Parts: sequence; C-alpha cells; structure tokens
Amino acid sequence: MLCQNCSKRQAVTHIKRIVNGEATETHLCSECAHSLGYDGLFDNFSLNIPDFFSSFFGDSPFALSSERTERCEKCGSSFDDIIKTGMVGCANCYETFYDKLLPSIQRIHGRSKHAGKTPPISKEASRPKEKTTSEIISEKEEEMKKAIESQNFEQAAVLRDEIKALREGK
Amino acid sequence: MKWYTNNAKDSDVVLSTRIRLARNLKNYPFPTKLNASAKMQVNELVRDVLIDENEKDLHYIVMQDLPSYQAVSLAEKHLISPEFASESTGRALILSDEEDISIMLCEEDHIRLQVIYPGLSLDEAFEKASELDKKLENSLEIAFDERIGYLTQCPTNLGTGMRASVMLHLPALSKSSAMARLASTVSKLGLTLRGAYGEGSEPVGDIYQLSNQVTLGISEEAAIKNLKSIAAQIVQQEKQARSAILKDDEMVDKIFRAYGILKSARMITCSEFTSLVSYARLGAAAGLIDIPLETLGKLLVEMQPATLNSITGKANTAQERDKIRAQKIREALK
Repeated sequence: MLCQNCSKRQAVTHIKRIVNGEATETHLCSECAHSLGYDGLFDNFSLNIPDFFSSFFGDSPFALSSERTERCEKCGSSFDDIIKTGMVGCANCYETFYDKLLPSIQRIHGRSKHAGKTPPISKEASRPKEKTTSEIISEKEEEMKKAIESQNFEQAAVLRDEIKALREGK
Repeated sequence: MKWYTNNAKDSDVVLSTRIRLARNLKNYPFPTKLNASAKMQVNELVRDVLIDENEKDLHYIVMQDLPSYQAVSLAEKHLISPEFASESTGRALILSDEEDISIMLCEEDHIRLQVIYPGLSLDEAFEKASELDKKLENSLEIAFDERIGYLTQCPTNLGTGMRASVMLHLPALSKSSAMARLASTVSKLGLTLRGAYGEGSEPVGDIYQLSNQVTLGISEEAAIKNLKSIAAQIVQQEKQARSAILKDDEMVDKIFRAYGILKSARMITCSEFTSLVSYARLGAAAGLIDIPLETLGKLLVEMQPATLNSITGKANTAQERDKIRAQKIREALK
C-alpha cells in the first residue's frame, strides 16, 4: 500500500481515528508520518496524568470534530493530540488553536484574561492585533461578570444581549 | 535557611511557605515533545543564565547522576515533585545550599522555579521567586501571550503560572468536624486545601496544604493576598481549637503517651512516627512538653524512608530503617 500523502513510498504507519462517529484510516510512509507529527505517538503513554486532564477538554464542542486535521506548524500537534493528552505541545499551539482552547481555558479558570505581570521582552514586542470574535466575547463576559458583581444589572443586560448577538454571528 | 530546621512567623501552625512559578522557553516545544538531548539543551541554557561567578550558592544537578533514594529524599523534602524523582532522563535540578531554592528543569514545564521558606512568609518567598524570574526573563525568551499570560504545557497553569502554598499542621481542626466545611469554603474562594502527604487519602500527621487554584485572571499580588488572609484565618481557628481540646484530659494524656513512645521506642515505622509526632508537636507548641518545634520539624522530614537512607548513605531495609529511625528520634529528644 502506498502512502496516502505522497503516493510514492510504502505506507508503514497506519492511523485509525474516529471522526464524527465514523472510523477513518490513514496510511502514511515514515517520512510523511514524521513531517505530519505522527511519530512518537507513544511518548505520551509514559505520562500518567492525561486521562485526568483530558476531561477538561472532553466535552468541548470542538472535541474530535475537525475533519481536516489542522496541525501546529512548530511542533506538529493536532487539536486531537492536545485533547487526548491534556498537554499542549508548544507555545505556538496556543496561537494555532487559540479559539478552540479558549472555552476549556475559561472553564478551568473561570476567566480568560491574564491579569498578572508581563515579561519585559514581551512588552517590547507587543503587537497591535485585531481581536477575534471569541476574544471580544470573553472580554464582554468579563465585563458582564464585573457588572453583576457591582450590581449594575442594566449594564449587564446590555452586555448579555451584545454577547448573544456576537454568538449568533450578527 | 532550610524550611524544616528553622522557625518563622506562625511556625506553631505553618510549617512552610512555597511559591512555584511555571515558565517555558518560547523557542522550544514543551518537554513532552522533546527528546532527552533537546531537554538537556534547555536545561543547560537555564543553568547558564542562573549560575554564574557570583552565584556560588546554586548547584546544577543532572538527575541521572543522582542515586534514586537521594532523588526520592528530595521529593520527601518537597524540593521536587514525586513525578520528577521517578523519571530522571533529560531532567536536571538547580538547588541552593540552603534548599530554599529548587528549580526543576524539564519536569512538566521547562522551568519550575520554587522558593520554599519556613513559617508563613508568602511575601518574602514571592520576592525571591520574582528576583530569579527577572533574571530568567532578562536573558531568555519566555513563552508568553498577552491574552492568556505565561504559556504552560498544561492549561491549568496559564496566566501567572504561579502556585503559592502553605503547609499547615492542623491537629485540632482535623479532630473536629470543621475540616470538611473548611475545605469546601476555601474552594469557593479559589483555593484548595488537601492532605500534604498521601494524595487524596486521609491526611497523614494532620498536615495539610493550602494553595491557590486559579492562575488566570488574577494578579500574583492578589492571589498571594487572598491566600495570606485565608491562611491567617485558618491559623486563628486552629489556635482556638487547640486551646479548646487541650482542656480535655484525654487529649493531654495522648500527647504525653505519644511523647513517651517517641522517647523510648526501639523500632518505629514512618507512619507510626508521623501520627505520634503530630501529638508531640501539638504538645510542644502549647508548651506542655519541652522540645523545640525545630527539632520536631527536622525529624518530620528526616525520618522519612528515603531521607533516612540518604543520611545513612545507603539503602537500608525497612526493618533496619525502623531501628535507625527509633534510635535517631531517641537521640533528638534526649
């Protein structure tokens, strides 16, 4: 059997996955498996915590729903890998899968905006960047929380409607 | 200043204070994605930043060079995690002479910086940890995102990456019904209270650990302030509970019996010792028996199996250890 990725070499790595309730099989040669980040699959089994932590991600609406596997270009992790192990592959994964990770992060901490100190190097390299919808939502949620805490219910209601509109993609 | 041989503020209740910061290098994948040689590369980068001519106090230890009982002994002293002691490949430790600074390299994160001080000293420990953190940040590119803070392998540590904790001796509260209520109350305040020894199960020796749970969306200072105020309240409650139970003749009898066994036993297991020393410590803190708290604190750490082996310099059998342990305790309490 030839590799499904390059169609040149013999496939030696066989990957079975469940996507949307259907079993799919992928056959890759060792080079393609490596470049797609499928080597070292067993590394994670030496760790004992994944089962426990993966429950944080388990019921995420994004779990196992990505058809075309998006991978972190730095370390080759897919979002499925992160769900399975409960461990993020590298700093760049947080950038690549930010929107998918955010709901879990929010569930773990109850909040989603860093409020602690900033390293000096990051301050210099601080980049103005357009906010994603989920960032705007989480900021508004934060504001809403504060509004409720300070019993400012009118403002909270306005924010609630804004969040709802954003979620519905208006 | 070793945390287990010195006294500080509220030492009758608070055994130690620990600040731990999780940091990662931006340009290397997290440790699970690194092979042993890449891990050592990371370790040496950190070593070269922290250990220089002026810093003679810090030592770099390659974990594979350490006999396993010595590694476990470091875990018994809370200087490294049990997980770190169990696997040595690609891992290194930076440890200070006074054992107040311990930096695990390539544990769950590239850098787990830890400062541990005796008694209740959150501000002091945080100040020291920040000083080391600054040194790291000035020379290394640390993984950080303005939105979610310091990036860590496990998302539970995102944000400040800081875990602050105090180890508490709560013999009186654990004998009352207040303990379960207390644990559920602190969890509502973003903190965790659990047994410090024996994960999950019944706490051994009435020793508990109180730590902050949330690291994202709260500043370091606010988290520490929160922990400090809750710790102070627990200390207060423990002291009140102590004065109440010490009015009970049966309790006083138990304290003196425990003291008697410790002073005269010829063989003693670690678990028997740990539960007896809790009574002795309660008696000593109340001035009923005349032993310095430091002596008991030191025993509490050093009588653990691997540390005992480390002190004698060999791997003793359990039976040999029970004999040596009893002898060392008798000598210390003479």
